[in-house]
Amino acid sequence: MANSQIKLTKDKFAPAIIDSSLGEAIDKPSLNAWQDAWLRVRKNKAAIVSMVVIVLVILLAFTGPLFSGKEAKTQTLPHNNLPSRIPVLENISWLPFDGMRTLNNGTQVDIYEQKGIEEYYWFGTDGLGRDLFTRVCEGTQISLYIAFLAALLDMLIGVTYGAVSGYFGGRLDNYMQRFTEILSSIPNLVIVILMILVFKPGIVSITLALALTGWVSMARVVRAQTMKMKEQEFVLASRTLGASNAKIIFKHLLPNMVGVILINTMFSIPNAIFFEAFLSFIGLGLQDPLASLGTLIDDGFKTLRLYPHIVIYPAIFISLIMICFNMIADGLRDALDPKMRD
Amino acid sequence: MAKYLLKRAFYMIITLFVIISLTFFLMKLIPGTPFASASKLQPEQLTIMKEKYGLDEPLMVQYAKYMGNVVQGDLGTSFQFNNVPVTELLTSRIGPSMQLGFQAMFFGTIIGIFLGVIGALKQNTWVDYGSTFIAVLGKSIPNFVFAGLLQYYIGVKMGWLPVLFWKGWEYSIMPTIALSMFPIAITARFIRTEMIDVLGSDYITLAKAKGANYFEIAFKHGLRNALIPVITVIGPLAVGMMTGSLVVEKIFAIPGIGDQFVKSIQVNDYSVIMGTTVLFSVLFVIIILVIDILYGVIDPRIRLSGGKK
Repeated sequence: MANSQIKLTKDKFAPAIIDSSLGEAIDKPSLNAWQDAWLRVRKNKAAIVSMVVIVLVILLAFTGPLFSGKEAKTQTLPHNNLPSRIPVLENISWLPFDGMRTLNNGTQVDIYEQKGIEEYYWFGTDGLGRDLFTRVCEGTQISLYIAFLAALLDMLIGVTYGAVSGYFGGRLDNYMQRFTEILSSIPNLVIVILMILVFKPGIVSITLALALTGWVSMARVVRAQTMKMKEQEFVLASRTLGASNAKIIFKHLLPNMVGVILINTMFSIPNAIFFEAFLSFIGLGLQDPLASLGTLIDDGFKTLRLYPHIVIYPAIFISLIMICFNMIADGLRDALDPKMRD
Repeated sequence: MAKYLLKRAFYMIITLFVIISLTFFLMKLIPGTPFASASKLQPEQLTIMKEKYGLDEPLMVQYAKYMGNVVQGDLGTSFQFNNVPVTELLTSRIGPSMQLGFQAMFFGTIIGIFLGVIGALKQNTWVDYGSTFIAVLGKSIPNFVFAGLLQYYIGVKMGWLPVLFWKGWEYSIMPTIALSMFPIAITARFIRTEMIDVLGSDYITLAKAKGANYFEIAFKHGLRNALIPVITVIGPLAVGMMTGSLVVEKIFAIPGIGDQFVKSIQVNDYSVIMGTTVLFSVLFVIIILVIDILYGVIDPRIRLSGGKK
């Protein structure tokens, strides 16, 4: 206190000039809804980290097979069940990338040296000597593809159904609601399994089965929003100007609920990834040589005791993807949901 | 109330009717026969077999017969598992599934409530972040991955708990933990949100002003009110238990309904698949109905008006 000498000059005590017109001035730049949402998503560190991780995983899934230099389908039987070995990282003793296998009696053997293999299999190989890294990358691609497609389809069905039901109301709405009520009281599990049994497992049938069961919650949300908004003035105004029903729904109502639609879709992506993997696990997955993360895990489980590495990598990938998508969806919900606004 | 119940019962019957019909016709669409080693049979033998099981009759006749039998609780005979009646097969296996389901539900909700409450009380501290993180993990990590890893590390590597089968109480510990991850995650997140909401309400402020102690406020006034909406997540939890039971029972070789279902899918035994589907649907529909009624009973603010606006 003693050595901080604040100089008090006379001009600091001059009366302030109050310009009443400046009271109305907006000193922050005005933001549209998306910039506003982005500001709030940005505060959620978990969501941002998850987005970065997802982007990295997607990049890896698409570029991985290019620089691994191996084909996912090529079987090199002498090279089967190799543990993982990665250049450079193999020299760090506590990382499991040194190509060593621990035998039952606890001794470690360098399988690569034993078999005289010069190549590096980053994640090791499976029972048929296929490169696991390439397979995990391609499996991730397929899992993501199924999930995105299913989420997109269920968004299309759900939004259309919900908007029509909510907008037209009356008897149509009543019938449509009874239909979804019955549909939603059938466990999804049952419908999906039956559909896959009938149409045989494949990318298309799995996607369709997932989309057909997933749209109900989307339809419900969109219907509620539509009913809330359709009585508002802007709808009345555009109807007065002669806009058709389709135009009102697609041009005026739906853009106003992009937020909820987005949140719902983001939640259905991890859901679809899980269900696809789950189906693979109970024996209704894609057929070899096609592989998704689910079928890779299913394969790995068969030899879990002997070669745990086969199941570990796809398991890590699927868990990572699921965690990230859930985090992003949570972050988006917090940012876009008007009720959560602080 | 009576009117509401009647209406709900009516919908329940329609729903079950739709499910059974859907299952029946979808199963008929599946190519191939349901008989074991069908490829070795002569065409004549196949005809005799079909006649015996009534598979040669017109579809609608089969459908009517099946419906009639289902109403009487007869779900047909298994084609692959020693020609046992499906109803018998399922009832003999329901015990372990039920036990596992209830244990997981109980254990899961208790832990979930605990995590949710401490998360809400210590909002935005590392305790809260920790409990949220556990909840996200529980929701995100696929149950078969979790169950498999648990089995490998705790059962095989450490040897602390039995790895497979169903021979006593200790055999149910790992499956229960694996199955309870989902209820833990769901209830923890739900309770946290509800508790934060409740803790901000006026009667909590009043209780604080009157000098009630911290724990009394949290548990007597807070938790009791936060628990009411939890009833709404029991539906999704029940579905989670069903989905989970398939993989957990498969992984731990537990003789339950889920394990049976997976096996029947793999060998295309459609009378068992249909039976299990019907059983799951009936259970689910009943749970939903009970939840709706309970919700109205517990929370007087909700009126069972039968959905009228």
